[in-house]
Amino acid sequence: MRIHEYQAKEILREYGIPVPKGKLVRNPEEAEQFAEEIGLKKIVIKAQVHAGGRGKGGGVRIVKTPVEARIAAQEIIGMRLVTNQTGGEGRLVKKVLVEEGVDIRDEFYLGVVLDRSKASPLIIATSEGGVEIEKVAMEAPEKIVKEWIDPYVGLRNFQINKICYRLGLKSNQVEKMRRIISGLYNIFSKYDCLMVEINPLAQTINEDFIAIDAKINFDDNALFRHKEIVSLRDPEEESPLETEASKYNLNYIKLNGNVGCMVNGAGLAMATMDMIKFLGAEPANFLDVGGGASVEMVKNGFKILIADKDVKVVFINIFGGIMRCDTIARGVLEAISESKVNIPIVIRLEGTNVEEGRRILNESGFNFIITSSMKEGAEKVVQALGRAKNV
Amino acid sequence: MSILIDEKTRVIVQGITGKEGMFHTKQMIEYGTKVVGGVTPGRGGQFVEGVPVFNTVEEAVKNTAPDVTVIFVPPQFASDAMMEAADSGLSLIVCLTEGIPTMDMIFVKKYLKERGSKLIGPNTPGIISPGKCKIGVMAGYIHKPGSIGIMSRSGTLTYEVVNQLTKKGIGQSTCVGIGGDQIIGLNFIDLLEMFENDKDTEAIIMIGEIGGTVEEEAANYIHNNIKKPVLAFIAGVTAPPEKRMGHAGAIIAGGRGTANEKMKALEMAGVKVVRNPAMIGEELEEILKNFSKI
Repeated sequence: MRIHEYQAKEILREYGIPVPKGKLVRNPEEAEQFAEEIGLKKIVIKAQVHAGGRGKGGGVRIVKTPVEARIAAQEIIGMRLVTNQTGGEGRLVKKVLVEEGVDIRDEFYLGVVLDRSKASPLIIATSEGGVEIEKVAMEAPEKIVKEWIDPYVGLRNFQINKICYRLGLKSNQVEKMRRIISGLYNIFSKYDCLMVEINPLAQTINEDFIAIDAKINFDDNALFRHKEIVSLRDPEEESPLETEASKYNLNYIKLNGNVGCMVNGAGLAMATMDMIKFLGAEPANFLDVGGGASVEMVKNGFKILIADKDVKVVFINIFGGIMRCDTIARGVLEAISESKVNIPIVIRLEGTNVEEGRRILNESGFNFIITSSMKEGAEKVVQALGRAKNV
Repeated sequence: MSILIDEKTRVIVQGITGKEGMFHTKQMIEYGTKVVGGVTPGRGGQFVEGVPVFNTVEEAVKNTAPDVTVIFVPPQFASDAMMEAADSGLSLIVCLTEGIPTMDMIFVKKYLKERGSKLIGPNTPGIISPGKCKIGVMAGYIHKPGSIGIMSRSGTLTYEVVNQLTKKGIGQSTCVGIGGDQIIGLNFIDLLEMFENDKDTEAIIMIGEIGGTVEEEAANYIHNNIKKPVLAFIAGVTAPPEKRMGHAGAIIAGGRGTANEKMKALEMAGVKVVRNPAMIGEELEEILKNFSKI
């Protein structure tokens, strides 16, 4: 789960990490009002959406007066922000963070991430902040400082020293940085994060450190023990169909193509999407109905799938194990009887109770295209798509 | 031969009195697996499918001398179950549970390593040596004894591949699901080493997916250590970045862990990478033909 920059900064502040004075606003007047309140000569207006690269996309402005703050906010709120992470259609900006501007001398990067292969938290830092850390890692790996943390003993003082002196800090700066590194690690372990990142972590002309931008990713598997984090979820940032799917415990992700897919199991679902692409078509979504789905879940999944107006053909690819093919057949039929469907549906059934599943589909009177292999199924999908385009 | 488990393997089931535990205990016994005991705290003295239930793993170990435990308990209890198994000296732990917090797995992994226990999973369908022993939830009937070793991060995709092979008359030595989570036990490298040393495994299929770097690490290992032919499929070419694709571990984060990166690394290591998942059976058949000519 991801949260907004303004929410991440509130958590940072709680853990003793300095962040600029700021306020979240939803309209330009509030932006002007807050700029007047803080009475500064440099004001930053930042779009709050769940996507990186906001600056390049025009979602961040630096202005000098409250009136300019209002104008900038007016321009950003309501825009569709396109960045390298949003896809072509961009993200509608509904709120902005208004902050005091900081006079920056140097920019650092500081992050705590999960190192999957070492099964350990890892602190990453560099004095070359302000750009993507992946870029620094590629171009100047020698400038990246890494320190793995033993989860049993936690972050030790000597490790902070190692990080600071390797970054080239002076002793008076080390004490200021110590609070920030330990605060960040505490956030990581307290909230079951997969990543906590400050980029840039600015050093001001007064040699103070301050977090200019921050990002936190939480482990979905641990959200059950962090109710306070769940309440930070912003449904405005999720596609409506994805939100609907999560209500039914279904894994649905909207994509840009026109072949709607329903599959059991995440790996097979991805492989099915890949195969559609391999044959020259584009998947409209990822939908994993899981292993233990009921008729009700299959029905709801199918309805979400066809609620996407881009979908021209449906491909259902099921390899029954725990999932029974007759459950799929019943769920799909219920969904069809409740909503009007006039697009071709290709169904590949294999595995547990496959005979029963096929019998139900054949006796339904609906014109399903039924196949037994994945290859044949995908070919039928592409044929059906060709016919749909010619109509 | 096979790796990790065979017809002699003795298995206990942690969580044997739960719905899943009971159902799959029956399925495993029907397949021929030697299920010798089960564990559910508070249910000691009962029987499930004729198998005695104990309150602790320690008691089960003392009374039934198992080699392997398989864990069917909910995510909030699974870390404890794995540690309990390691504490009782079990050398192989198969954990099927999905949804265990990542931070908990960091502790589990370290605890198990210190006690010399191997882990398969979590979030796996399990492991099967066809015709000998099935520990997990995969449908037994799609498998066929033979000489192909399969290792995979996915469940149903593995069934698909196994089915393609079996329909062509190609059997499997052992199929292992390494798990779909971020932190897992045995990884591709560990299994590659075992398959390479197993005289009855002729070729290896690796089914990877987006996220993490186990495929890249495996590529490097294959290049330096593996002589048997390896065929790979990587799921998620069409997966968008920063979205968790069902599995907790299947996510492209910070531009890393894409399918193309992994396929490139594997191809450079001499691995045959299949683009179309419906063609894995046919491509393997081709490889086996060419290999036997040499």
